[in-house]
Amino acid sequence: MANVPVDPLRIIARFGPHLSSMTGVRLSTSVEPERLVKTHCCFCGQQCGIQLKVRDNEVIGFEPWEDFPFNRGMLCPKGVKRYLQGSHPDRLTTALRRDSSAEAGFSPIPYDQAIARVAGEIGRLQAAHGPGAVGVLGGASLTTEKTYLLGKFARVCLKTPFIDYNGRLCMVSAGAANKKAFGIDRTTNPWSDMVGTDVIWIAGSNVAECSPITTNYIWQARELGAKIIIQDPRITPAARTCDLYLPVKPGRDAALFAGVLQIMIERDWLDHAFIAEHTSGFEQVAEYCRQWTLARTADVTGVPARAIAQAAEWWGTARTSFLFHARGIEHHSNGVQNSLGTINLVLASGRIGKPKSGYGTIVGQANGQGGREHGQKCDQLPGWREIANPEHRRYIAGVWGIDERELPGPGVDAYEMFRKIDAGEIKGLISICFNPKVSLPDNSFVTRCLEKLEFYTAIDFFLNDTAWHADIVLPGSLHEEDEGTVTQVEGRIIKINKAVECPGEAREDWRIIQDIAKALGRPAGFTFADPREIFEELRVASKGGVADYSGVTYEKITRQMGVFWPCYSDDPRTGAAIDDHPGTPRLFEPGSYNPVARGNGPFYFPDGRARFNVAEYRPPVDDASDEYPIYLTTGRVVSQFLSGTQTRRIGPLVRQYAEPRIEMHPRLAAKLGIADGDWTTAETRRGTITLRAQVVTTIRPDTIFIPYHWAGPKSANQLTVAAQDPISKIPQYKVCGCRVRKAEAPPDYAAVLEPQQ
Amino acid sequence: MAKPEYLHFFIDPNRCIGCQSCVQACTECDTHRGESMIHLEYVNRQESVQTVPVVCMHCDQPTCAEVCPADAIKRTGDGVVQSARKPRCIACGNCVVACPFGVPELYEDRKIMMKCDMCYDRSSVGKKPMCATVCPSQALFFGTLEQITQLRPLSAPVNTFQFGDQTITTRVYVMVPRQIATRAPLLDVVSAMDEQPRSRAVTLRVVADSDPFAGVEV
Repeated sequence: MANVPVDPLRIIARFGPHLSSMTGVRLSTSVEPERLVKTHCCFCGQQCGIQLKVRDNEVIGFEPWEDFPFNRGMLCPKGVKRYLQGSHPDRLTTALRRDSSAEAGFSPIPYDQAIARVAGEIGRLQAAHGPGAVGVLGGASLTTEKTYLLGKFARVCLKTPFIDYNGRLCMVSAGAANKKAFGIDRTTNPWSDMVGTDVIWIAGSNVAECSPITTNYIWQARELGAKIIIQDPRITPAARTCDLYLPVKPGRDAALFAGVLQIMIERDWLDHAFIAEHTSGFEQVAEYCRQWTLARTADVTGVPARAIAQAAEWWGTARTSFLFHARGIEHHSNGVQNSLGTINLVLASGRIGKPKSGYGTIVGQANGQGGREHGQKCDQLPGWREIANPEHRRYIAGVWGIDERELPGPGVDAYEMFRKIDAGEIKGLISICFNPKVSLPDNSFVTRCLEKLEFYTAIDFFLNDTAWHADIVLPGSLHEEDEGTVTQVEGRIIKINKAVECPGEAREDWRIIQDIAKALGRPAGFTFADPREIFEELRVASKGGVADYSGVTYEKITRQMGVFWPCYSDDPRTGAAIDDHPGTPRLFEPGSYNPVARGNGPFYFPDGRARFNVAEYRPPVDDASDEYPIYLTTGRVVSQFLSGTQTRRIGPLVRQYAEPRIEMHPRLAAKLGIADGDWTTAETRRGTITLRAQVVTTIRPDTIFIPYHWAGPKSANQLTVAAQDPISKIPQYKVCGCRVRKAEAPPDYAAVLEPQQ
Repeated sequence: MAKPEYLHFFIDPNRCIGCQSCVQACTECDTHRGESMIHLEYVNRQESVQTVPVVCMHCDQPTCAEVCPADAIKRTGDGVVQSARKPRCIACGNCVVACPFGVPELYEDRKIMMKCDMCYDRSSVGKKPMCATVCPSQALFFGTLEQITQLRPLSAPVNTFQFGDQTITTRVYVMVPRQIATRAPLLDVVSAMDEQPRSRAVTLRVVADSDPFAGVEV
């Protein structure tokens, strides 16, 4: 049984979230650091370069790293204050076991005993119920080395098919669409390419708050003449001054793209030569779009017809362009179709694979790109190989030194894993870098599933909200306590450098995973001495795959300030060994060679052609209705990150935006009798939440917005719907029907919880 | 050491996204660790997400210094107006009231006025101030006039401000749309004080989206 062992207030009192602040040497102006460590921010997919000031095995501050080319010293507030996650009072420095007799529900336990217990329970469950009785959940904030090791651990050590990761909530719609359209899943150009382009279309991305550094690139592009189009139900900070704002109704994005493409077809704003030479499938897409007349598109999407026509004209007649999208169009049960809709606009324009023209998805997590490439995804093996592909299986089995028949088949997505826990099929769980009790939709279901687990162990550096259910908690490493690589938003592989040692009994995550393998008596393949050794094996494992890292070395990354994959150890044309492949900053350039097309064209299919895919509009699941008439959408604020395990513990960030609010338009507020600051209850078919209202004109009047970083009674995911895209399995976080009323009384939590708790 | 003459501070509120990176980074600066000297506020959050970052404008003839009865506020030769000097400041708050830009703040607990000193420990050795280094939108920019001219063809730097009868020139520049700067090379602050921000700053003739939600039914 994995119920929360004691009253949550007692767990919070001991394990937080409590707030860190600048004190002691961190506040002193006379203390000099011993050294500066060049590394990157631990938060979003931009992966800004930063230098950490280190003294006495403590990170005491930061210094901008102005030479790193992507951000040149720029940082968002999370990056500025990220160093305050270290030396934190909530930091786990020992292993813990659940102990309902303990005041806070958990007691310290020697690390070796904890590992022995984990191995014993896994062994017991697998002996009784088979290898698939144990599942693994990973995360896309882990280094690529760790994600690789975790995938290998699940398949080789545990022999379970059930591994998936929190990128399932983040990047999978974009990834699936990219694979379908291009045969490769990566942003096409470095960000510097967008300065000098004619038009930038940003679909469903609150750039200013979710990828702040990108803002300067966009503003700089505008200085040089670019028109900026932003599609969002909210007037986000970038939308305030963009050239054209498309106030799309939540969940209607595919319709908008089809309507715009229809205008481009009618006005013949198409690159016929590109479509004929480098693509296939245009006719079927054109046939589908025919039904999307301007009037119908405006009616369905809620975007005024003249704005749609203007967007089509700017996009259709541009000479160069970029299109970016993010979770706003991807977090839908129609997320892959939405993403394909944007790609159709790009392919119809022919503007891809050129210095000032490209397409990309703005990844959300630190390793949103690298974390989705090397095998912690349920259907995937390293190098973006497929676990169901016999040839791919044979290659990886060879690298791992096992018989291909021992390799499990495809597992299921992270949410489906919880359904399998609910059904009693998965009985044991290991999680790292994932806080599903906060981050998954309809999270009361997730809680019920956690309660059904026979054994659960969580690896983390703080006691995250999900880990309250754990039998054993293993103390892992902070970002600055380990080294490795991640791949950031542009597809640039960068190096994370270790600044300090793990405190107490905490240790690097990869060591913990290997310790479990050893304790299980299955150490073969899990005896790496350091992340570099893991990376060297990953290079071999990725070789020949689409995400080919074989030519990447730690030294090359440092020397070049990043390496864009694919980067080959053998010349893909001749097969001859080379050691100076610089990487591939720009994909799909005319005349470019790739090992899939073998000279037939720039895209990663045997015929070298990109695919148009019919991107069908489907209304959202649990759409607004008479009973639940208002659209609920969720997202981020700039000072918080994901489920807040780190950022809800950093004092200055919490003070910037302390608690979630329900954002609504004054016209809706007036109709409901709600004033700014009133306690307000939002209710969906899954649950209710009571928060203060924030009444602003910067949101569609038929829509409310709640940021999702908070836990328990403040968690927006009590309300969201577990509907998933049929292809990518991403949940539909960005829309569901809800109703809103003024609360009768303040919520119970208001009297007992601090804002971040 | 002094701030090099050729380096200037430029503010472009049009670029500001309100992320508070400048505010957070300001607290990391060695001259005033733990305290931010930057004011970053919504103009009117109910109507707009517009925010305006305010650092010290470093006036050529600083009103704060002129009204200081203790002669505690000094402008160094490189044009940087420093925080109040501790031995002299009597914490009377005259400067707080008098500054036309609302910059100085009185720290009652320490009995001293503190304000933005352009990260003097950094700028005096040729480094950028913390805020302008980290600013993700580069609404705060530190560099040469040549750089800003080359990077920002749509706007122009203005450093003359009209407050009623008082004309103030500053070392810090505000970027304004180039057309406006060409017509009137100064900003009349008082006459602009009643203007309210709109949710959308850009209105296209073809779209008329000053209220993009006008057609949405509740």
